[in-house]
Amino acid sequence: MHETDMTRALLNTISDWWDAQPDRPVIEKVHLIVGQFTCVEPVSLQFAFEVQTRDTFLQGAELVIQETPLIAYCHACQQEYRPEYGLQYACPTCHAPMEDIRSGRELKIDRIEYSPQPATR
Amino acid sequence: MHQTFDAALGINLLHANQAGANHNREHFDEWGITCLNIMSSPGAGKTALLEKTLATLSDELKIAVIEGDMTTELDADRLRQYNVPVIAINTGRSCHLDSKMVAGGLHQFVHNYNPEEFDLVLVENVGNLVCPAEFEVGEHGKVALLSVTEGEDKPLKYPVMFQEADCLLITKLDLAPYVDVNIDQIIANVRQMNPTVTIIPVSAKTGEGLDQWFDWVRQCQRSQSQSLSLQLPHTHTHTHTHTHPAILEQV
Ligand SMILES: Nc1nc2c(ncn2[C@@H]2O[C@H](COP(=O)(O)OP(=O)(O)OP(=O)(O)O)[C@@H](O)[C@H]2O)c(=O)[nH]1
Ligand SMILES: [Mg+2]
Ligand SMILES: [Zn+2]
Ligand SMILES: [Zn+2]
Ligand SMILES: [Zn+2]
Repeated sequence: MHETDMTRALLNTISDWWDAQPDRPVIEKVHLIVGQFTCVEPVSLQFAFEVQTRDTFLQGAELVIQETPLIAYCHACQQEYRPEYGLQYACPTCHAPMEDIRSGRELKIDRIEYSPQPATR
Repeated sequence: MHQTFDAALGINLLHANQAGANHNREHFDEWGITCLNIMSSPGAGKTALLEKTLATLSDELKIAVIEGDMTTELDADRLRQYNVPVIAINTGRSCHLDSKMVAGGLHQFVHNYNPEEFDLVLVENVGNLVCPAEFEVGEHGKVALLSVTEGEDKPLKYPVMFQEADCLLITKLDLAPYVDVNIDQIIANVRQMNPTVTIIPVSAKTGEGLDQWFDWVRQCQRSQSQSLSLQLPHTHTHTHTHTHPAILEQV
């Protein structure tokens, strides 16, 4: 459900950026980075984006979501490991708890691809 | 022919919520209030816990409640009998409280009460195990509830809230004998991702464990107000002079 909120935050940010561009370009793609260890479901986000951009300046823009895996660092073993989401978060080698998340918490608008407004006639 | 450009943004999606949460926290700090955000899946026992908490602690601490019941005033009505201010926020269909909704609640609060007189604000979040943890509201501590009837695996399946919690209450302990639950396993699962969380098994029905919870709240309130008095010696009175971003005012 909160994908609606997330999408609204996304649209607000893009709209601020767009308003600041002198030539109001055509936005083609919006690139997001969504970590695995967040409450965001990429499929729901895609859907919400499609619905909420209808009849707006973002109509037809593509949402590209790059998912980042959950990666933690074990200080005892001095190495990174990939917890098995839903099953196991402790270090598989020494069973120390997951304390240092290195990837997977991202929820970020990374970049926008755009092209100039086509000349009207 | 078709030329495309690239603009790097690198902006966090939750940036606006985070800014609003920091704003709320500044107000709590200037009022000397400790704020706890209470989260769980629907029906894990948040309101029952609040009832017991108000019954015992409202004699020694000045408490207000922000109630994030989805659509009704039912939970708020249950709590009003304890003679504490209960600010009900109608969250509509939103599945979590966000900082803007809580800012709206705080504005209601300061219109009707003197916030400087209060010690503790307890926020009952919307019943949802998934996302309330992602939306800070300005709290100083996060309290998660997991009832014994929900199963040992829930912290593994919905890890974010359990990873962020400062205190975890394993609730409805009186029902444990009926539901084949391994409490040690719940604790071990949570410790995998949150080794420092305080874990207290409780029953709002029998009262078991509640004293330990009350002590945790007292301790949290005490250390928070101590750290504030260290930061801001009370040599001046502080009035609310900054202007609010429109987003907070319109609530
Ligand atoms: N046996 C038993 N039942 C409990 C306990 N705590 C709460 N309940 C019952 O569980 C049900 C839900 O409790 P609530 O306090 O309304 O739970 P909640 O988390 O506030 O629910 P929502 O706000 O709707 O998400 C009620 O029927 C309570 O009486 C407990 O410690 N033991
Ligand atoms: Mg409730
Ligand atoms: Zn939500
Ligand atoms: Zn290790
Ligand atoms: Zn303010």
